[in-house]
Amino acid sequence: MNHFPQTWGRPRDEIYGPYDNSFLQSNVPKQHTKSPIVTGTSVIAVKFRDGVIIAADNLASYGSLARFTNVKRLRKFADTSVVGFGGDVSDMQYLDRLLGSLAIDEAYNSTGHTLNAKNIHTYLARVMYKRRSEFNPLWNQILVAGLDDEDKPFLASADLLGTTFTSPSLATGFGAHLAQPLLRNLVPDEEAVAKLSQDSAIRAVKESLKVLFYRDARSLDKYSIAVITKAGVELKENEQLENQSWKFAEQIRGYGTQKN
Amino acid sequence: KTSIGTGYDLTNSVFSPDGRNFQVEYAAKAVENGGTSIGIRCKDGVILAVEKIITSKLLKMGANRRIATVDKHMGVVSSGLLPDGRHFESRARDEAYHWRKVYKSPITTADLASRMGQYLQTYTLYSSVRPFGITAIVAGWDSELEIPIDGEVGSGPSSGPGGKVEGVKYGGPKLYMIEPSGMYWGYYGAATGKGRQTAKSELEKLDLAAGKLSLLDGINEAARIIYTAHADNKDKDFELEMTWISGNEGPTKGVHEPVPKHLLVEAERLAKRALEGDDDEDETKSADGDKMEL
Repeated sequence: MNHFPQTWGRPRDEIYGPYDNSFLQSNVPKQHTKSPIVTGTSVIAVKFRDGVIIAADNLASYGSLARFTNVKRLRKFADTSVVGFGGDVSDMQYLDRLLGSLAIDEAYNSTGHTLNAKNIHTYLARVMYKRRSEFNPLWNQILVAGLDDEDKPFLASADLLGTTFTSPSLATGFGAHLAQPLLRNLVPDEEAVAKLSQDSAIRAVKESLKVLFYRDARSLDKYSIAVITKAGVELKENEQLENQSWKFAEQIRGYGTQKN
Repeated sequence: KTSIGTGYDLTNSVFSPDGRNFQVEYAAKAVENGGTSIGIRCKDGVILAVEKIITSKLLKMGANRRIATVDKHMGVVSSGLLPDGRHFESRARDEAYHWRKVYKSPITTADLASRMGQYLQTYTLYSSVRPFGITAIVAGWDSELEIPIDGEVGSGPSSGPGGKVEGVKYGGPKLYMIEPSGMYWGYYGAATGKGRQTAKSELEKLDLAAGKLSLLDGINEAARIIYTAHADNKDKDFELEMTWISGNEGPTKGVHEPVPKHLLVEAERLAKRALEGDDDEDETKSADGDKMEL
């Protein structure tokens, strides 16, 4: 036994020659997360007359492996808002705990006021921006859905860089390419939002989720969907995509000239 | 035999020849001067109530709350020095927060009572600090449900070992009272403050150990007991403050919160009527007594 713990349990130098300790120290600067590991794909959301619809599928992928098929990526906050997470799942879990702790602290101040979606979005955006400024980002894009100070529908995004924006409809990741164009057909502007009914909004979101399942290789046909209105949050976490169209596939043969 | 005035009561953490810490006993005296606080453990929840003495007409009704929430599922109330009570609450919230940080789940009421008991006890160990001038009542409902770990977003394996025992029930209503010495016990019903003797004897009549009193009946009893205990302090006005906690199936869904206004108003009405009824009874009794003498 000697006084160098790093050599304990190692082959003895006098028998096996000097041990290569180089892996114990490193000359490389300290590095934070460089890429996400377990990830969730798109979150999509659209504002309508009385509130917001938000949805995300229940898959957490490990690279191309569809590893976890029962992961809920919509999180309710204080019965006023829903936060949808795309990106790294462990970072989402961290943010969920942060929001939980925030909710408890807010309830301690018995003012009767609870944080609304706008407040939550501001808070999360600050957290995201601070973390990226420390070169240690939380690898997520987040949609916050709910109501603002005037009880008007509120929907905004915050991402790993601390970038924020808002729009009548929003989608993260793959959804930004596939779902957003469809949702924009429905609500090109705030005027259209004021006219849109809850039913049409839900239908459009479900249709977008279906398109995503068709074409996003990291998506799932099980999903969660939430409707947030003045009346509160209605969150359904075990939904199944319906009415998929695959019948046409029977007609397809080969890649060009093959007849049968 | 007393050692008062013999020099053993001048400093905290000093044993008197008969093994007492006088400073702790004096702290308990401070508690006896405070408004009455009670806790009732019912079959389906816990109730906390406090007699808030109104020291000035300039105080706003319903403001200056005395019962504090700790985490979501626990409540804390104390009699004695108000600022010491505030410090106690604050520490209890810190303990609950750090428990969550480590274990990713809410602290149980028993664990919080234990930690707060420890905390108060440390203030009897040194001459550089004084004991807490409060007796605190801690109430909670430990979840009977299988609650997800904080941040949990999915489910683990549906089969195989998971440390689960079939058919075991967890959680339920919990009630503890912690004294300035750091001593604490679990109670069916707890009372402290000026009117504690009256309140205790009323609590004993409820036969809480039988576990039959419902939360809604408990509210009425709690109001009545505070009103009865106030008889010891009749020259001053007071306001009744009351909170409750039920399980997930109950009215508060496992969250500690003020008793809704309409229930509180009704409970106070019944309490006042019960007191007037008592007066009537006393009168008839004494009338009977007179008759018997005749």
